Amino acid sequence: MGRDRTLPTVWAALVVLLAAGPFLPQWALSFVSVALYLGIVVLGMALLMRTGLVSFGQGLYYCLGAYAAGTLDHFYRISDLLLMAIAGALLAALVALVLGLLLAKYRDIFFAMLSLAFSMILYGLLVKTSVLGSTDGFGLSVKTFAGVVLGRHWVRYAIYAFAAVIAAVCAAAMHRYLDSHLGRLAGAVRDNELRVEYMGASVHRVIHLNYVIAAALAGVGGALMAATIGHVDPETTTNWTTSGEFVFIAIFSGTGSVLAPFLGASIFEAVRTFALERFPNTWQMALGVTMLLVIMFLPGGLWSMFRLSRRGA
Amino acid sequence: MIDGILYASWMFIIAVGLTLIYGVMKILNVAHGSLYALGAYTAAAFAGSWLGHGHAPVGSYGVLLVAGLVVGLIAGPLIERGLLRFMYGREEIVLVLVTYALFLILEDFTKLLFGVDPILVAAPYALLGNLQLGHLVYPVYSFVLVAVSILAGAALALVLKRTRQGKMLRAVIHDREMSMALGINVSRVYLVTFTAGAMLAALGGAITAPTTSVQPGIGAEVIVLAFAIVVVGGLGSLGGAALGALIVGLVRSAAVHYRPEVELFSVYVVMALVLIVRPKGLFAAPEARKI
Repeated sequence: MGRDRTLPTVWAALVVLLAAGPFLPQWALSFVSVALYLGIVVLGMALLMRTGLVSFGQGLYYCLGAYAAGTLDHFYRISDLLLMAIAGALLAALVALVLGLLLAKYRDIFFAMLSLAFSMILYGLLVKTSVLGSTDGFGLSVKTFAGVVLGRHWVRYAIYAFAAVIAAVCAAAMHRYLDSHLGRLAGAVRDNELRVEYMGASVHRVIHLNYVIAAALAGVGGALMAATIGHVDPETTTNWTTSGEFVFIAIFSGTGSVLAPFLGASIFEAVRTFALERFPNTWQMALGVTMLLVIMFLPGGLWSMFRLSRRGA
Repeated sequence: MIDGILYASWMFIIAVGLTLIYGVMKILNVAHGSLYALGAYTAAAFAGSWLGHGHAPVGSYGVLLVAGLVVGLIAGPLIERGLLRFMYGREEIVLVLVTYALFLILEDFTKLLFGVDPILVAAPYALLGNLQLGHLVYPVYSFVLVAVSILAGAALALVLKRTRQGKMLRAVIHDREMSMALGINVSRVYLVTFTAGAMLAALGGAITAPTTSVQPGIGAEVIVLAFAIVVVGGLGSLGGAALGALIVGLVRSAAVHYRPEVELFSVYVVMALVLIVRPKGLFAAPEARKI
């Protein structure tokens, strides 16, 4: 086993991203921001998948985070990026704490289905709530960061940089967590719950905790999405197709490393952007084909490619 | 009430195919929604051209049915043999994703084939006229829908209970490996099952086509509803699908009637409630704990 180079890679990537930011054109800034917030959400998904659970309703927390950020600006005139992200994470974590009590009893397809049901309930609610813009949603804008007023030219960069910092911190923290006692229990729960119980650990609590963590990450991701796009609506946040996308990226990237979700999200976004531009009517087809190829030839996700090549060396 | 039953019978055709496939193959087929859409599009297109050529409008019913069944008959084996065959033995969740990928592909395939504009074929619908029930007016076509749905359900139940094929199928549901050992050709059973499920989905789409405008996105809408029904009834249970469709249908029409703003999510509230009270659905058989 070689030395673990995950953490240095995370910090190095952060420095590069921060330094390169001011020189990047607008489209590249948004592209990286999108990849980063998707990556953060998928980081949470990957944690659940390590625990052996696949949520088909992660859009629920993504949406809560986005709407938390949106309502702050829209109704309370608080346009602070930092506060938005905190609000998104807190709201998502709180809801997950409650729903987790229930969901932690479910496994496999039933876990997927119940989480799907919850996210569709929110979808149904939002579509009919005219105060929150029904199907159209509403727009928002970011003006300050932790009280500091951002100049017009700096807003994009600020969001980008903030997303990068959060992504790096989350990835590093997740890496530490997975290495800790509690984090290692996740894999054990997936492999054999009964034995975990025999050893005196609570399966229920492990699942509940990981569920809340995943939700908080999705909440932050959602808030960052709202800040980047400047608009929130139910269709692109909590409808099942969005949750499906997250599962898609998670499987696509694999759960081998905390870096995998970010790599997967970048490639996913690149394929989507490219396909949207080249064949606007068949971009979903391109995604579907990519997905099938990955499932067939790289069962461990993209990340398993690295492991294979390392073994060969 | 009657709205609920009409709605339920429509959903039943789709849900029953989904539950059949899950019961036998343990695949929660997301692509079911796109098969439904494909059926609806094909039926609408063919019925449209049938009427456009000045043939007798009565024949359009036959065109609808045949179009639906043929779509299933072609798409079913193609998907099963071409793709799913290689995936058996993977985790259930991975299979869900495979069909999700398939759903994305088929969705665009449908758009390529039929364009993105809505298709309207209302002639078969209008032709039958309306029926007066008390002081409410219902289109006769809706009752035809109910009849078709009951017929399909009954036929399926009969095949499963009475015929050799059906018995073999149930054996496979019960214990795949054991039935293999007894000499049942499991891979053929899978093929037949998936084709039957695909045909039901496409048929569901075909007979719905005249009642609405056929447009992109109908597949995505239908599939989550079908999920809800199948989960409420218990995955893989035929009776469960019927009961689930009835419950969801009634709840939804009650919601539409009394509080229209809760219509959409009432269905998912029911789904969540049932899952909370009976995690495996209303009709699911108990499962031994595996170590």
